[in-house]
Formats: sequence, C-alpha cells, structure tokens
Amino acid sequence: MAVVEMQKIGICALKENRKAILEKLQKLGIMQMEEDSIDDDELMKMDTAESRITWDKHAELCDQAASILDKYLPEDKGLLGSLEGKERLSEGSLREIIEKRHPCNKIARRILRYEKAVSECNANILKDENLIESLVPWMALDIPLSFEGTGKTSAFIGTMPGALTEEMIAERLREKAPELSALELKVLYTSSDSVNVFVLCMKEDAEAVETALRSLGFARPPQLALGRPEKVAEDAKKDIEKQKTEIGCLVDKIKENAGSRRDFHILGDYYRTRAEKYRLLGMIPQSKNVFFLTGWVPKAAAEPLKELMEKDYGAVFSLEEKAEDETEPTVLKNNPFSAVYEPIVSSYGLPQHGKVDPTTIMSFFYMFFFGMMLSDAGYGLVMVIGTALVLKKYPGMGQGIKKMLSMFFWCGISTTFWGFMYGGFFGDVIDVVAKTFFGYTGATPILKPIWFNPLDAPMQLLIYCMLFGLIHLFFGLGIKGYQYLKEGDAAGFVSDILAWYALLIGLILILLPTDLFGNIAQMTFVFPPAVNMLARILAAAGCAVILLMSGRANKNWGLRIALGAYDIYGITSWLSDVLSYSRLLALGLATGVIAQVINTMAAMVAEGTGFLGPILFILIFLVGSVLNLAINLLGAYVHTNRLQYVEFFGKFYDAGGEPFVPFETKTKYVEMK
Amino acid sequence: MSELGMFFGLLGAATAVLLAGAGSALGVGIAGRAAAGVVTEDPSKFAQVLLLQLLPGTQGIYGLLVGFITLSKIGLLGGGDVSISLSTGLMIFAACLPIAVVGLISGKSQGQCSAASIGIVAKRPESFGQAMLFPAMVETYAILALLISILAVSNIPV
Repeated sequence: MAVVEMQKIGICALKENRKAILEKLQKLGIMQMEEDSIDDDELMKMDTAESRITWDKHAELCDQAASILDKYLPEDKGLLGSLEGKERLSEGSLREIIEKRHPCNKIARRILRYEKAVSECNANILKDENLIESLVPWMALDIPLSFEGTGKTSAFIGTMPGALTEEMIAERLREKAPELSALELKVLYTSSDSVNVFVLCMKEDAEAVETALRSLGFARPPQLALGRPEKVAEDAKKDIEKQKTEIGCLVDKIKENAGSRRDFHILGDYYRTRAEKYRLLGMIPQSKNVFFLTGWVPKAAAEPLKELMEKDYGAVFSLEEKAEDETEPTVLKNNPFSAVYEPIVSSYGLPQHGKVDPTTIMSFFYMFFFGMMLSDAGYGLVMVIGTALVLKKYPGMGQGIKKMLSMFFWCGISTTFWGFMYGGFFGDVIDVVAKTFFGYTGATPILKPIWFNPLDAPMQLLIYCMLFGLIHLFFGLGIKGYQYLKEGDAAGFVSDILAWYALLIGLILILLPTDLFGNIAQMTFVFPPAVNMLARILAAAGCAVILLMSGRANKNWGLRIALGAYDIYGITSWLSDVLSYSRLLALGLATGVIAQVINTMAAMVAEGTGFLGPILFILIFLVGSVLNLAINLLGAYVHTNRLQYVEFFGKFYDAGGEPFVPFETKTKYVEMK
Repeated sequence: MSELGMFFGLLGAATAVLLAGAGSALGVGIAGRAAAGVVTEDPSKFAQVLLLQLLPGTQGIYGLLVGFITLSKIGLLGGGDVSISLSTGLMIFAACLPIAVVGLISGKSQGQCSAASIGIVAKRPESFGQAMLFPAMVETYAILALLISILAVSNIPV
C-alpha cells in the first residue's frame, strides 16, 4: 500500500555496447528516461529523427495493410474476442518473421496498391452513375445531344423553365416570332419546374427561333456526352459492370494475402519498437566513445540493474541524488485485492512521493459502498459469475481491462452480500414467481432479509448510511493526521485533526439524545449525564482549538481568529458531506424497486395467458433485468467514484504525482518474450 | 370525497413520472447530440460517450420509482382496497413534487453538463474518469429530492 520508492540512476557505457544495453533496457521496461541538457562541448546528441520516421512509416504501412485485410476479411473473434489479449511470441519465431520483413513489406505495399485501385474503380462507378442520372431526362432523344441540325435545318436541344406542354411552348413561340412557318417541337421530359425540349426549324429561321427561345428562358444543356443518350447510358452501365468485376478481382487478390495478416501485426509491433528505440537514441548525450543514460528506476530494481550493467556490459552505474526541482515518477504497489482499484485512484490523480497512497483503504470502502448501491443478490451473482467466466476464459487480456473486471468481480460479491442483507434477489422475483405460477399464498417475502428491507424502514437505513459515511470521512481525516505525524507537524495534528475529531464527536453526542434526532430516526438515546457533559466539553474544546489555531501561520491575532472562525464554518461542509451518503440509500432503493416494477409487469402480462405465461414472463423479466442492471451498474460505479473522489479524497488527498512511463516495448498485437 | 383524494394521489405519481421523465429526456437528448458529433469524428469513443449520455437518464428512473411507490401506496397496484381522503391525496401529491420538479431541472442541466464532458472525452479520452464526475455532481440534487419524496410518500399514513 504504498508509493514505490524511486531511485535516480545514471549509466555511462561504451558506444559499442549501446545497442545491446538499450535493447536490454527496453525489454526490461523498468527505467523511465530523463532528457538531460548537455553542458559539455564533448557531448552531443544524435539526430535520429529520420530513422525514427522511417520505422514509424514502416509500422504505419503494416498497420494499413492489416486493416485493409480486416476490411475485406474480418477476423472472426466472437463477441469477447478483443479480450484475448496479445499473442506471446518467442524470440525464435520473432526472428523468423523479422527475417522475411522485406517480402512482407512488398506484400503490404501491393495490398495498398490494390486498395488504391479499388478506390479508383469506386470513383469511376460513382462518375458513371452520375452520368446515367443526368441523362435520364434526355432518354427520349434518339439522336446525339450534340446534334445541331442537318444541311437545311437547325436543331435546338435544351431546357426551359416551367412545366410547359408542347402547345404552350408553340403558342408562346408564335407570339414571340409570328413570322415562323415550319417548326418541329417536341417535349422530351417534364419535371416539376422545367422541361427538356427538342426544336427543329429551317436554317434560315434559326436566328429568330433562337432569339424567341432564349426569351423564354431556353438554355442548352452542359456538355454531357457526345453520343445518343441511350447509347451513352448503356456504355456507362457496361463500364460500371466492368469496374465491379475489376473490384472483385482486386479484392480477391487482396484476400489471397490473408495469411500475411499476422506477419503484418508482428512486424508493425517490431517497427514500433525500433522507432521507440530511435526516439530514445536521439535523447541521450554521447561523446566520441561513450554515451550517458539518466533516469528513474524503482529502488528495488536499482541493485540488480547495477550488477547487470557492470558485469555484462562493463558500464559505469551510479546512483544519483534527486535534484531540488525534480519530482520522481509515481508507481503504486498494493496487495492483489487492492491493486485492482489503482485505476480508480490514478484517474483522479496519482499520489506524490512522500504522501499516502489511499488505494488500500479506499478499496474496502469502494467495495462496501458499491454493494450497498447495487444491493441485489441476483445482480451481484450475475456480475460475479460473468466476470469470473471472462477472467478465466481469457487469461491473456490486457492489464487495464483485467483490473476493471476483477474490480467488478469483488464489487459483485459485495453486491450479493448486500442483496441478501436487504432481501433482494432480482427484486422480489421469488415471491412473484411463487404467487403467479405456483399459487403460493403463504407469507411473503419468502427470501427474508438478513438485516432489514430498506423499503420498510428507510429512515433507519438513512441513519446507517450517514454513519457509514461518517466512518469513511473519519478515516480520511485520520490519513491526513497520519501525514501530519509523518512530517513531524504536531501542531497541525492537534489543531487540524484532533480538534476536528473532538468537535464532531462532541456535536454528534450532543445531537443524539435530542428530540429532534429521536423523531427523525425513531431511535432514542439516553446517555448518563457524564457523557452529556463530556460531549459539551469535547465540542467546546475542539471549537476553541480550531478558532485559535487554524490560522496559526498568521502573526496578526485578529486575522488569525477570523481565519479560525471561517474554518469552524467548515462544519457545514461536513454536514453536506455526510448528507451526500444518503445516495447509498436512494440508489439501493432504486435498484430494488425498479426490479419489483419489472417483476410486477411481467406477472401482470403473464397472468391468464396459459402456457404462454412463463415464456412471456421470462422474456419481460430478462429484458427488464438487463436494462435495470445496466443502468444501476453505471449509477453505482459513478456514485461510488464520487463518494471516494469528492467526500473521501477531499478530506486529505492531493494528487499531483507524475505517472511512471518506462522505456519499454510498446506493442499493439504481440508480446515479445 | 375519497375519489378526489385518489385523484390527487394519482396526480402526484403522474407528475413525478412526467416531469422527471421529461427532464431526463431533455438531458439525454442534449448529451446525445454531443455524443453523436463525437462518434462521427471518432467511432472508437462510442462506449465512453454512450456512458456519459446515459448519466442524465437516472432522473426519469427516480421519477418512475416515486411514481411506483405512490401507485402502490394509493392501492392502484397490488389491488389493495385503500380509501384515500382528500387531505391524504393532497399530501401525497405534495410529497411527489420534489423529485418531479428537481428531476426536470436537474435532468436538463445534467444533460448540458454531460454534453460538456463529452467534449472533454473528445479531446482527452484519458480524462474519462474526471469527465464522468461533473454530471454526477448535478445528480446529487436529484438524489436528495428523491430521498425526500420517498421518505415522505412512504411515511404518509393511509
């Protein structure tokens, strides 16, 4: 339960060992490299940007080729296939694949080329389709669109605005140009706001006709195609067919390479690892013959690393002092049960060095509160069994997801526990089934709560929730006190911690025997007078210490008292923090009551439908339960986080630690042993 | 007179479900629009933004909860023969008001907050844990209202 102690180290070694040392360190993945500023003329840094970019590009190439293969030949992994995790690869088979990387790159490039051709074909198809669509209004025309007339005639092909008929156009033309004699006019296509027309006239009339037409809004079509519309459209259709066959061929060719997918994955990872190494190489200072590395390792790993470096590579290994302005990176180390809650802590922010890692204490409260909010034995069992099955079936899954599933496994156990405490098993499904299908008329509930049903005594449970909250908060305050003591700040411990404990406990003891509390909680406390006296003394003493000591950093007594008074006002934040735990009750009730609603609905539908009844019941029950579980799981997760982050962490925790980012092999698909 | 009492009891249940549900619908709608925007850019964030979109959905459930408790209280569910006097009916109606009104307002605000948090996830997916907390803050008040509604409804003598 702690923040792992870190050690800053320096390594100086001969350049001839550089490759071996870097590869070893990368494989170990225990050292976070620091970039040193160079203040020596002898030392310089290598410009490795170009090699790094080359490796990155190679990695990109492999990834693209693999994703193209995925597109045409999706890997059938099943619903949970993504949990299978990375394939573990031995050094030998890795070397084998690395050896054939050149042919592999060639295949990858070929796949990319095919894919490019496919997209060109698709573009052509789109073009053809557009052409066919634009030709639709001209289909009635059995001459080319570019037709301009014969030796003695002139033709006008184009569009006019307005949904006009042949007669209307002819009439308007006559109005505009009454001198015209012979005129052939045909409407080819009528749309809602325009018509496509063909007009033929004698050549000598052409000018007059054109003027008349133009005044009616006639416009020639954009140059679509030279041939006969029908023929052009047919050609386009044929071209589409051709392109489609072409795509089919290309896709087949791509599919032929499906066997290389694994190679692409592995090579992609290999290239990424190389790129990472070159990135580091560009960071480290080097002279003519030696190079320097500085960075952080966990303290426990420093000695073995020293031995390894000195013995195997003849390097100079030095333990270095942390500089004043440096912060060491944070790694958390916890017992296996609490470790699964580390992501919860780190998503709030990692602890700094020298401060307490709250993970262990938080983990117990987390499990406890989560169970109280979901609080249904049925749902809890579903969680436990579901996560256990998945965890067992996919042992190789990623660390992050593994931790999350394990967390839900433990929270599921707590949920089951609280479910039995409250007497909730999928709501009241046992009672409902017994009554609906088995004619049970005895006493309900059949499954008796071990503790009590929250619906029967919500006030009582509310008081318990606040009590649990108070314990949680007191733990938080206690951790802060522990930190004060560790730092040797006795005054702080007394005035910021003990005084608060005294004040709060005193106030609670004063509150408990009052009528006000008795009415709310329906519980009466009668204390002996000595306790009542003690309560008053505690509260008064705590209050006095806070008033006088809170502002102790200030010399000015007036200001100091004012700050103390302001701190006492902080009692309201304690009140709201404690009230916040009422969500334990509210969310717990929500799960149970909604489950009951589902069961009641299912029973109402099922009743009197004969043999269909059980089927309908199960159907409604399943769908409803899945929905209820999903929404309440989300609610319990969010609100348990909130109780930890806001109420608990608010009492003592300042994040601000930097995550530990070791130099390691960063792979996507395979793990290299 | 007892029919009027029943009417007000029912009105309470209806108001709780109606207003709190409307609040959630507004909130989930607001957050959903933001979520859809993020998914068009980056489909891999679907699961994360969906969770954030769902957060304002709880008010509707709280409303349903109070509605259900109220219905069984006034005997509409479970078939118990309960007669509700006018004053009891009015009391039940009053008891339903906190979750109804707070559900409506907090549902909408939480939706807006969720939409903003979805913006965080779009730019910094690693801050998902923190992003989820902001909408949860708004929900606190819905939970407080729910609590009072439940306590009040279940403690009104019938």
